[in-house]
Amino acid sequence: MDNVILDKFDSALLKAVADLPGIPTGAFSLRKNGKSVQVNVTPNINIIPKKDKPGIDIYVRADTKGETVHIPVVITESGINDVVYNDFYIGKNADVIINAGCGIHNDGCNDTHHNGVHRFFLDEGAKILYVEKHYGEGDGSGKRVLDPVTEVHMGKNSSCEMRTTQIKGVDSTVRSTSAELGDGASLVITEKIMTHGEQLAETNFNVDLNGFDSKVQVTSRSIATENSTQKFVSNVNGNNQCFGHVECDAIIKDHGKVISIPKITANCVDANLIHEAAIGKIAGEQITKLMTLGLTESEAETEIINGFLK
Amino acid sequence: MLELKNINFRADGKHILKDISFTLDAGKFIAITGPNGSGKSTLAKIIMGINKPDSGQIILNGEDITGYTIDQRARMGISFGFQQPVRFKGITVHDLLNLSAKEKLSSKDACDILATVGLCANSYLDREVNASLSGGELKRIEIASVITRGTKLTIFDEPEAGIDLWSFNNLIRVFNEMRAKLSGSIIVISHQERILNIADEIVLLTDGYIEKIVPHGQPLESFIKMQDVRSCCKL
Repeated sequence: MDNVILDKFDSALLKAVADLPGIPTGAFSLRKNGKSVQVNVTPNINIIPKKDKPGIDIYVRADTKGETVHIPVVITESGINDVVYNDFYIGKNADVIINAGCGIHNDGCNDTHHNGVHRFFLDEGAKILYVEKHYGEGDGSGKRVLDPVTEVHMGKNSSCEMRTTQIKGVDSTVRSTSAELGDGASLVITEKIMTHGEQLAETNFNVDLNGFDSKVQVTSRSIATENSTQKFVSNVNGNNQCFGHVECDAIIKDHGKVISIPKITANCVDANLIHEAAIGKIAGEQITKLMTLGLTESEAETEIINGFLK
Repeated sequence: MLELKNINFRADGKHILKDISFTLDAGKFIAITGPNGSGKSTLAKIIMGINKPDSGQIILNGEDITGYTIDQRARMGISFGFQQPVRFKGITVHDLLNLSAKEKLSSKDACDILATVGLCANSYLDREVNASLSGGELKRIEIASVITRGTKLTIFDEPEAGIDLWSFNNLIRVFNEMRAKLSGSIIVISHQERILNIADEIVLLTDGYIEKIVPHGQPLESFIKMQDVRSCCKL
């Protein structure tokens, strides 16, 4: 594949979703408008395009430390319906960062869809930090739709931290994440979502704590403004001696609506599972406190929201 | 510096503050005390603009600020330390101090501020101002956020509530430093004998009105009922 030249929309989207000033260094796969446009591998990280469907297989060699894999997706054509299947195989005791993200610029009248189906297979002792940002922009009437599906299979004593953020411009999203944890495995998921207008965002977590001393921490912080709606569904099954903690905090503004549906199931007497959920307006006392520091009401609200989603 | 003229405030059918008038000169330290329910905290909130009086005037440096909002008063140089510190999800101690200072403080400067309220700073800067902190820690951070502003008038609503003896000793020192460095005026709502004893004047509120204003040096027993003096916590 030839090197690609990024236009201004590509560059802006890459900056928004991956904080990248341009084409990344190290291992990466850049996907644009439904096609893979550039791939780079390193001695420790191989990326192989799938033959039977769109997507890539990413292999991280055992004991690889400190490398980052970038897999950004940008879509600038209206009406694209892109489904991509990415499988990550993380070798024993490897410790890497995976930086994903999808930015859609839709100036047209047709809906643009991107569905990333990601599967992670972590060997014993493997560790990943997965960072994903979703962002939409454009003046067209066509919707920007992102429906990510994530599967995580965690081997003994492996560790996975997932940070997902959707702050702006995505009209509709249904996120489905499932995980199965082996002995001593640790999964931390932090999700941040802000919705505006008539946007819809739904998140479904399904976690099976199968391993002895496995643990999961799911934190969702969301803000629903204007007429937007969010739904948070979590289902954690404790099938062994394990620890699970799900925390859903939501701020609602204007006519925003948030639904939180917790489900925790202890199938083992040594399972320790907690679910916490809180939904409400910004507390008036928080605004008042920041106003006593000299901030206007509007500035205070912005600081509280920025802090909440930080 | 600050003058209250005939302040009245009613809520829930009750006359909470009745014709309150007093003057606070620059550099002075006033303690407002009185039984629970006498209107002390309400009076503090009226000065900050958190509550609005039904009648009366608040004059700051010759300017009528009665209709001003909380943030307008804050920018004019009034600070307020809450009795019950407010918690925030996501806002760190360092963030809060930055907002107080109106600038991005270096870690060293933020640590120095926290040290003045007896917090071992490095371990606190990145912590969120939320329920993971104890009541005493939150109270000290609240006081730190007020000190950081360095304004000419600072109001503390029961600053001693929820802090331990060590912090309390520091609190007295903090008051003295604020007066020395800023030539600042301080209003403290308090029941504490030691705070009352360092005040230039004590305003005794009873049932929403000022029963008396007593200058520094008079024994508490001479103007507060004995049972109230005994109920003052002696630290």
